[in-house]
Amino acid sequence: MKRDNLISMLHDMLLARAFEERAAIEYTRGNIAGFLHLYPGEEAVAVGVLHAAEPSDYIVSTYREHIHALVRGVPANIVMAELFGRRDGCSKGMGGSMHLFDRERRFMGGYGIVGETYPVATGIAYTIAMQELPEAVICFFGDGAVNQGTFHESLNMASLWNLPVLFVCENNRYQIGTEIHRHSAVTNVYKRACGYRIPAEYVNGMDVLAVYQATQSALQRIREGTGPQLLEIETYRFRGHSMSDPGSYRPKVEVQAFKDEDPVTIVLEESIPNYPTEEQIHAVGEDNIAHLTGHLHREGYIQPEGVILMKKEADKTVNHAVEYAQQSPEPGMEDAWKALNCNRGKEVLI
Amino acid sequence: MAADILLWEALNKALNVEMAADDSVFILGEDVGLYGGSYRVTQDLYAKYGEWRVRDTPISEGGFTGLGVGAAMVGMRPVVEIMTINFALLALDAIINMAAKIPFMSGGQFPMPLVIRMPGGVAKQLAAQHSQRLEHTLMNAPGLRIAVPSTPQDAWWQLRQAIRSNEPIVLLEHELLYFSKGPLDAALEPIPMHRAVVRRPGRDLTLVTYSRMAVLVLQAAKRLSAEGIEVEVIDLRSLSPIDWDTCTGSIQKTHHLLVVEEDCGFAGAGAEIVATLSERCFYELDAPARRHAGLNLPTPYNGALESASIPTVSTIMDAARHTILSGETS
Repeated sequence: MKRDNLISMLHDMLLARAFEERAAIEYTRGNIAGFLHLYPGEEAVAVGVLHAAEPSDYIVSTYREHIHALVRGVPANIVMAELFGRRDGCSKGMGGSMHLFDRERRFMGGYGIVGETYPVATGIAYTIAMQELPEAVICFFGDGAVNQGTFHESLNMASLWNLPVLFVCENNRYQIGTEIHRHSAVTNVYKRACGYRIPAEYVNGMDVLAVYQATQSALQRIREGTGPQLLEIETYRFRGHSMSDPGSYRPKVEVQAFKDEDPVTIVLEESIPNYPTEEQIHAVGEDNIAHLTGHLHREGYIQPEGVILMKKEADKTVNHAVEYAQQSPEPGMEDAWKALNCNRGKEVLI
Repeated sequence: MAADILLWEALNKALNVEMAADDSVFILGEDVGLYGGSYRVTQDLYAKYGEWRVRDTPISEGGFTGLGVGAAMVGMRPVVEIMTINFALLALDAIINMAAKIPFMSGGQFPMPLVIRMPGGVAKQLAAQHSQRLEHTLMNAPGLRIAVPSTPQDAWWQLRQAIRSNEPIVLLEHELLYFSKGPLDAALEPIPMHRAVVRRPGRDLTLVTYSRMAVLVLQAAKRLSAEGIEVEVIDLRSLSPIDWDTCTGSIQKTHHLLVVEEDCGFAGAGAEIVATLSERCFYELDAPARRHAGLNLPTPYNGALESASIPTVSTIMDAARHTILSGETS
């Protein structure tokens, strides 16, 4: 892993954390409405996977997709403006938190109905295969989504026709409030892929490097013509399912155990040469200190001050994003009609 | 010069012409390829265009209709065949939540040149699960367009127009019309896909209808003419959007409106048509606008009961007389 890659991943993870925590605050202030599904705890998945992707690959994501969009390169301003429902948002205020789209960056949407990402991804992949292009589609979904019919239908078709799709399960162990043992007969998602002759792998989603490497090799196999691949990336969300969910069904000890495995903390371990002070750790977030102690003498790429600086930069970016969103105009009803009729062309209807 | 042709053949020719003209057009559905299509609509295309452009799918309506959505987002022009409209209930998420909404909720970023063909309607004793009409459900999904051809000429042009359009379009094809014959003049200029046509002019009653019912209504109109009742028959051809102006123009002349539909009457397509035209033409109407529709009943298997569950030429004539009479007695 090159230094620049690692620093860039750390940057994205810190920005992701800062962005989501700020979104939560803006939600409580009434600037963001509707459903708001946050990502803290799962950053290593989006960051590790998307850093391994090429700009020519397509991304299809779920309703918990702010960070996928951010890491893909959609500016924080534009994502925040969409959360605020403003005209400068990436979906012009028509989509909101669950429906971020950016055609230019091949970010093919956030989908609000569980299980919709698979068919969209297979359709794009079908096109790629038909045109024999070197591109791939990355299809995100949660552990709760593997019991939808479209999962099985799409895995079957993707395998049958050897389509270039990387299925990425973000297994955070809960479908809203139902724990995986209570919603799935087989709780190892990767094991299900063998039913469709799709190579699959389990990855520790708290380790961004492991995620990055697994994604890179899976994408390489896809580009070599091996067909679809599946990664089950086990992770954990620190917050409830959405802002209307305090997550009280999860035992406190379980939440803490996963916070000890915080991906942001782990990437810091990989990059900091000296043991940071309590104060410094506190500045990086509310992550567990004990986990860092084992990695004191590792050869690192960044000084603790550098991390603090990055954290400050992330906060600044998020502050700007909020200011930008606040100043962006509200869309008008004419914008809504324009969006609806965007594909009408010159045809005049009655 | 127009040669007579079967409706399925017109659809088949339309697919062939568009596939030859544009590489991004491809077909997918159950048994559309090697087998040639359950109603023969895709016959011979597999041999001509190969498996990637005429794709036999597993029985996964939600999955392969959604696949069409994804392909359309990146500029392909998929023509999805759902073997019968009854199975489209399994694909409604792809149709209503995805195809109809993605262009809108992305703020207008994505094209959706998706065509979904669905054979349907009451055919011959196929029983309740294979004799449905779902136009009401699809009409209530903003962002979708719905074409309902009743002649080979319309089938030919409306399918071609649908394939060329960047909007998601559902083509409702009536199973009993596939083997109906009519002229196809390939040289004839197309009329806009959503435009209604007056199939028969008349002074006494405006009769608005679509799909197979248009055929029955024309037969009824001919017989009513012998009784001295002149019916103006409007074939809507499109259920979303609806060409209201053609309807209101006719009502201004006849002052009577009857809507004939095979759909169940309750909350069916006719409810929307009568409501809107009543609002627009209230002071023009000499009698209450009426609907003559299918019964609010799952279609029975028994042949006699099946016939009795939807309008026939004879019941259409009764409804027409009644509509005119109710104006005279009021």
